[in-house]
Amino acid sequence: MFISIFGAMESGVIYAIMALGVYLSFRVLDFPDLTVDGSFVTGGAVAAICIINGVPAVIATLLALLAGFIAGAITGVLNTKGKINSLLSGILMMIALYSINLRIMGRPNLPLLNESTVFKQLELFWESTGIDAALNGMLTGLGLERTPGTWSVLIVMIIVTITIKLITDYYLKTEVGLALRATGDNTKMIRSLSANTDNLTIAGLAISNGLVALSGALVAQNGGFADVNMGIGMIVIGLASVIIGEALFGTKTIAITTLAVIGGAIVYRIVVTLALRVDFLESGDMKLITALLVIVALIAPKVILARKESVRKRKKRALMSTKTEGV
Amino acid sequence: MLNLRDISITFNEDTPDEKKALQDVELTLDKGDFVTIIGSNGAGKSTLMNVISGSLNPDIGFVEIDGNKVTHLPEYKRSNFIGRVFQDPMSGTAPSMTIEENLAMAFARNKKRTLRAGVTKKRKELFREFLETLHIGLEDRLNARVGLLSGGERQALSLLMATFTEPNILLLDEHTAALDPSRAELITKLTGGVVDKFHLTTLMVTHNMQQALDLGNRLIMMDKGQIIFDVSGEEKLGLTIEKLLHEFQRIRGEQLGNDRAILG
Repeated sequence: MFISIFGAMESGVIYAIMALGVYLSFRVLDFPDLTVDGSFVTGGAVAAICIINGVPAVIATLLALLAGFIAGAITGVLNTKGKINSLLSGILMMIALYSINLRIMGRPNLPLLNESTVFKQLELFWESTGIDAALNGMLTGLGLERTPGTWSVLIVMIIVTITIKLITDYYLKTEVGLALRATGDNTKMIRSLSANTDNLTIAGLAISNGLVALSGALVAQNGGFADVNMGIGMIVIGLASVIIGEALFGTKTIAITTLAVIGGAIVYRIVVTLALRVDFLESGDMKLITALLVIVALIAPKVILARKESVRKRKKRALMSTKTEGV
Repeated sequence: MLNLRDISITFNEDTPDEKKALQDVELTLDKGDFVTIIGSNGAGKSTLMNVISGSLNPDIGFVEIDGNKVTHLPEYKRSNFIGRVFQDPMSGTAPSMTIEENLAMAFARNKKRTLRAGVTKKRKELFREFLETLHIGLEDRLNARVGLLSGGERQALSLLMATFTEPNILLLDEHTAALDPSRAELITKLTGGVVDKFHLTTLMVTHNMQQALDLGNRLIMMDKGQIIFDVSGEEKLGLTIEKLLHEFQRIRGEQLGNDRAILG
């Protein structure tokens, strides 16, 4: 139980980077960008092929980010310069990327088990620190029998993801960032305030898909393979993270919302993991579970709010009637 | 300051829906001019505004602002020179962003946007001072999301956002038409004050004749895509609604527009 939740948190933190990317396009730019399904794989593919060909893993990961950046920029150009509807330009890019990803990889699946990925390099360094032994010792002290193999992925990925979150928070508050948010909020207005909304949309989608591809590169290295189908339904998982996070943790400020998105990504992984432990559910049911989760996350807050409102009104009415009775 | 030469624009040319929206319009505004534009629906007032702001390109003719030829500059580049308030109070502000963030975006209108923080302590002070001049208490709500404000408050904020960076040209497109009478009166008063304060060269479209008479030093009447009447200075001060209606009838030989044009 503990091990599977631990694993869920690990991948949740890695997928959270993808969720932050989806947050940028879906919420900030108000652009339902389906490129994600393709650019996630592009990230994994670029990282895998680079590593296999001897490029240092960190550089390979950064190249993956760059590839996603370019893919997002192209979607942006299709939408703004080609005047293609936002949904359609994302779909076109997604389908084009499927072939491009196959070309990058050369075949549908690239194993990375014997390659030097960022996580393996990290583990080598990590062993010398002795943190694992200390943490696992504590867990054994608490009475756990099976302890995680390494804490390095979880701890380092939390640091990386939080760093990306903080940079995103800052960026969205700069002069350019404000204009980017306004592009999603009121295009007419920000254009009348001398912002080039076309370029902002392109830049926003580029950054968004850069993060998605980075996440894909890390997922491939953590999982030990890149697969041309690893991106199917990724946009829905991203949306699920954003929507669950917002429902659970709120959207009061930008900083809270981005934290909520990360939280949402982790909660999503944990829920799916727990659901799959139920006997009659199979791994093929995961997409259905995802869809149901999103539906619940979308409807539940409204139901709760409506319930609260009706309680408030009933109280008010009750108060009124006791007053009039008193007269 | 603003120079329009020979502007013509036709929509749906060579189709049964052809409409000559502007025909050979010539207009020159001196620095500090406050011009009010009236005319019935379809007279070309909004088209004229859109040609100046750059959301429409004229078929022929050119637009010059402060000596710069801007006819073919896209809207976002031209807004370096232009402050604009729209008719719909929802159009001029970003609802999910705070008051201070909206002001910060307006503050960057005639500057290059950088990767430095949009809202700084110093700017906050500046924004607060400007908001105080509106006298509607917004200075205490810098962190409130603009979507929570009423239509009148949002329009007052839009007016401030369009003006406090002192644009070369201020365009007001029926900016009080969507408000109730008391709010409209407040915005009208604020408009007069702010234009005076910054000596802004202003073009205001209105359906309300009384407003057109009360504000500004020059009045233009448009009909069927042409400027048919243009008064300024002393002569404008002596105008009344009756005289305006009479003028229109004299020039066009027909009654002016509808009740809305007269009563606002």
